[in-house]
Amino acid sequence: MAASRRSPFALDFAQQCLGFVIAALFLAPLAWTALSSLKPAAEAALPPLPPWPSRITYETYQSLDGFGSGLVTHTANSLFVALGTVGLSGVVSLLAGYGFSRFHFPLKNVIFVLIISTMMIPYQSLLTPLFLILSWIGLSNSLVGLVLVYATLQLPFSVFMMRNAFEAVPREIDEAARIDGCGGVRILTRIMFPLVAPGIITVSIFAFLASWNEFLAALILLTDNKLFTLPILVTAVRSGQFGTVDWGAVQAGVTLMMMPCLLLFLLLQRYYMRGLTAGAVK
Amino acid sequence: MASPAAPATRKETWKEKLRRSLRGEGGVVGQERWLGVLLILPALVLLTAFFLVPLVMVGWMSLHNWPLLGRPRFIGLRNYATMLTDTGFWHALWFSAKYTIVVTIAIFAVAFPLAFFVERPRPFVGFFRTAFFLPVVLGLGSASLLWVWLSNVDFGLFSPALMKLGLIDRPVSWLMQPTSAFISIIVMVVWKASGTSIVLLLTGLQAIPPELKEAASIDGARGWQRFRYITFPLIRRTFALALILSVTHSVLAFDQFYIITAGGPDNSMLSAVYWIMNTSFVSFKLGYGAALSIALLALLVLLSIVQLYLLRTKEGQ
Repeated sequence: MAASRRSPFALDFAQQCLGFVIAALFLAPLAWTALSSLKPAAEAALPPLPPWPSRITYETYQSLDGFGSGLVTHTANSLFVALGTVGLSGVVSLLAGYGFSRFHFPLKNVIFVLIISTMMIPYQSLLTPLFLILSWIGLSNSLVGLVLVYATLQLPFSVFMMRNAFEAVPREIDEAARIDGCGGVRILTRIMFPLVAPGIITVSIFAFLASWNEFLAALILLTDNKLFTLPILVTAVRSGQFGTVDWGAVQAGVTLMMMPCLLLFLLLQRYYMRGLTAGAVK
Repeated sequence: MASPAAPATRKETWKEKLRRSLRGEGGVVGQERWLGVLLILPALVLLTAFFLVPLVMVGWMSLHNWPLLGRPRFIGLRNYATMLTDTGFWHALWFSAKYTIVVTIAIFAVAFPLAFFVERPRPFVGFFRTAFFLPVVLGLGSASLLWVWLSNVDFGLFSPALMKLGLIDRPVSWLMQPTSAFISIIVMVVWKASGTSIVLLLTGLQAIPPELKEAASIDGARGWQRFRYITFPLIRRTFALALILSVTHSVLAFDQFYIITAGGPDNSMLSAVYWIMNTSFVSFKLGYGAALSIALLALLVLLSIVQLYLLRTKEGQ
């Protein structure tokens, strides 16, 4: 009988309750830091029990603003690096994806496989030469240099995703456009662009999260305090580089860093999952 | 066609075949072929400048005594010889290996049951999936900073909360002892990273045809038998993928050790990447750091080959 194979109601209910407990454990640290960051500064320096603030203030954010060159500068640094990476890797992988999907040229497949296989090499092992190369071309200690590095690291995944996006568009569509007298570039901008937009969203989310959150390369390649991205700034606050450790400011920093990631994910979950499982189903 | 095709009356010679394949597989006019090359050119330029050149350079630098300032001196394979007797590096590598094994087992111990949990249709399944996955989108840096606060003995959460609950009678500073600091970091990474494995395993589970599972249970297969003979063989590919992702990330771990314990206590948590960064950017032995990087790189390429092998054998079955 089917009913005997199904778990009894009590077991289902117990599982469901356990599920809520585990979900709460997963969400608690996020909620705890976000709530604590809204406490008055004196309260934020105490153990976070209870997690909610007695009254809502932005004092921890104000004290974080007192570190380094101020919150506006460092948030702007992080945004510049993240959006720069999204833009550069997005445009470059859009073009490359179109090229690999719709054009024939010598060694095409070899080049494609080579680009994908760079994913095997850990970028952590290339930081020393990258440090030297950036200083040779006058981009050491610069956010532009960091964008170039991040965008390059993002390319294997982005090019792979964009080629798949173009492959999913029926060829009849560009053939029809070609007959109507559209050139290769116009086909890309006018006809293909909206059709591969989901792919562009996917690669953009991954590029944003990777570059907004990246720690090691930013730590090595940026030495000027003014240029610190948020993860480097908050780490400096936490290590007491600016004096005693201001835990309220650390909570504010963590909240500020995680909010864009959570929002982006919650709004565009579908596109994110498509990127994550691309390797699993292929 | 821009160029004349081979006459149809005789067979193509190999030269013509080569020439034709070098021109592209045909069907596209010459101008368009150049457009294709032009389209992938920006990607090639970036990858050459910031990937291929550094890759060649790291090999070249590893053969030198390369100070930050001053002239590099060619010393052949001496850096590699030094590496063999560098106990610090081997300790770091061993630590990374130990960390990788422990954290990967811990992640799968959590991810497997939760993947099964969110695979079954149940109320709020969407909420559960999102909740388990949410920490993944945080940066490892943010997660580490969050954890170091929660673990702080005086101003954090864990120790004061356990005191209030009466479970401990004195404040405990987990990050001060090697073992408890290690466990604390493992817990943090399991919290932060399990979501990826859960989603990958879930994708695998969802791809199993429901008829198969039904047929197995009609045939009287029990829970474990079903898992062992039906479910697991069918999700082996996604399992291998999740496994290798977890392993490669863990071997390269750095942020959590740098941020949470600064490699301590007693330098007990210096990972391989941490050791290399210290060699290159604290001691400024760039050449020696490059040699260590090559060793790490070789290890990772080896892991990728294992990955390709694991994924390949499944396809053959």
